[in-house]
Amino acid sequence: MDSEETNTDTSKSVSVSVKRLYEFFQTVSGLSLFIAEFFKKVFIPPYEFAEIKKHMDELGVKTLPIVSVTGFIIGLVLAMQSQPVMIRFGAGSFLPGMVALSVVRELGPVITALIFAGRVSSGIGAELGSMRVTEQIDAMEVSAINPFRFLVVTRVVACTLILPMLTIYVIFLSLFGSFLAILLSQGISFQLYLNAVVHSIEFSDLIPGIAKTFFFGFIVGIVGAYKGYNTENGTEGVGKASTSSVVISSLLILLVDMVLVKVTLMIWSN
Amino acid sequence: MAEVEVRNLSKTFGDTVVLDNISLKINEGENVVVFGRSGTGKSVLIKCIVRLLEPDSGEVFIEGQNILSLSENKLNEVRKQIGFLFQSAALYDSMSVRENLSFPLIRNFNFTAKEVETKVKSALEKVSLEEAIDKMPAELSGGMKKRIGLARTIITEPKLILYDEPTTGLDPITTKEISQLIVELQKDLKTTSIVVTHDLICAKIIASHAVVLKDGRIKYEGNLENLVSTSDPFLKDFFTSDMLEVKNGSVK
Ligand SMILES: Nc1ncnc2c1ncn2[C@@H]1O[C@H](COP(=O)(O)OP(=O)(O)O)[C@@H](O)[C@H]1O
Ligand SMILES: [Mg+2]
Repeated sequence: MDSEETNTDTSKSVSVSVKRLYEFFQTVSGLSLFIAEFFKKVFIPPYEFAEIKKHMDELGVKTLPIVSVTGFIIGLVLAMQSQPVMIRFGAGSFLPGMVALSVVRELGPVITALIFAGRVSSGIGAELGSMRVTEQIDAMEVSAINPFRFLVVTRVVACTLILPMLTIYVIFLSLFGSFLAILLSQGISFQLYLNAVVHSIEFSDLIPGIAKTFFFGFIVGIVGAYKGYNTENGTEGVGKASTSSVVISSLLILLVDMVLVKVTLMIWSN
Repeated sequence: MAEVEVRNLSKTFGDTVVLDNISLKINEGENVVVFGRSGTGKSVLIKCIVRLLEPDSGEVFIEGQNILSLSENKLNEVRKQIGFLFQSAALYDSMSVRENLSFPLIRNFNFTAKEVETKVKSALEKVSLEEAIDKMPAELSGGMKKRIGLARTIITEPKLILYDEPTTGLDPITTKEISQLIVELQKDLKTTSIVVTHDLICAKIIASHAVVLKDGRIKYEGNLENLVSTSDPFLKDFFTSDMLEVKNGSVK
């Protein structure tokens, strides 16, 4: 009896995993086609600058509060955490540089991107998803206005352009946070702190750190748009599009980050 | 030449056959009503005609052009001459009523800002909703949305209009007004219309020609008068309840 039950349980869980795997590959292939469509459309006029600017403004307003708090706290906490360790190794004076390097190369870009994904990818997924299920996308199409160009391309471009700006802003705030932490614990002049930071960061740290955020912004926009644009099954589908956008874009950000870090290290290894 | 011609159109979703070899001809300037129970594929049929859905097989001609084989640009040129009222109205949630109406005008035609404003106001006047111009869709009732959707559909003065249940959910007076508006449009602009409806009051005002869909096929096509007085059990059943209303209400 018992073994029979486990048997059906196993076969059920196997079939569930097969279904998941199938869905995963379906998403990958669908997303690839969607990206191809994006590049087919993005360079051909009309460019919809007004619409892109509108989305950038909205994205900025939507994410600025949360990334501000996060940026400041990352710097502060990182400095607080690292201080005892650095002092133990007799490297206390390297603290500002160490924090700056971590924030510029990795933490600033990735954490900003993950927060951006949580806030924006879900938003785009829900927005386009509800436009799909209430036939607004069909309405646009039947009025001879290309909905992909008007809804998808503009949002993806806006995400791609705004995330690097947000990241630079977050980096500055983190550096300020770490300055405060160091100032409060061991006292340091702003001049001295600035010198230490500027001396420890090179172009080869700054450029790849910022450059990869263009990819992250693109991922957030395209995944949210893909999930929303292809929403099925009414209102329930909208919720699913919204949550799965966040999961997929966050995972992709981390994966792409890994690849890009490897590539950067290869290029700048000498 | 027929303005709209559908030839051997079939459409299935998964295992469900929704349209099964439908053929239909609608002359220029003619109004046709399409009847059928909920879920028979009336919406699917008119969506196939404008290629919002790709049929599995068959052909659709609008003004002699094979819609299903046109390139995107050519298709859009044809679509600029078509109006489509969605069953759900499908207003753009993020835009005000004014923006909803001016959107197709600004995007597809070269009107000045002043001309657009005039057109928006006159379209709203036609559906008696001038006061809603600065409202957002979320602030409108279902019936108001439908009327705004209608205003957005007619604002570009299309040559062919497809209405998906234009009067469902509206009160009898508005139903009559909307139906008369559709008739006026046909007279003024010589539009060809396909009207999906359950509403015999609306149908009698609008059209003389009717099509009844059942099980994916055309069950009846022809004169509306004959249809209403038919002896076919299905058609009789379909129209009895409505007919009582019409008799008692004496539609003119
Ligand atoms: N996008 C779709 N995917 C799957 N089934 C659909 C889709 N659109 C319509 N259907 C099915 O087609 C049938 C006809 O739908 P519809 O044309 O909306 O009916 P109605 O005559 O009430 O307008 C229904 O059974 C519906 O479930
Ligand atoms: Mg319908």
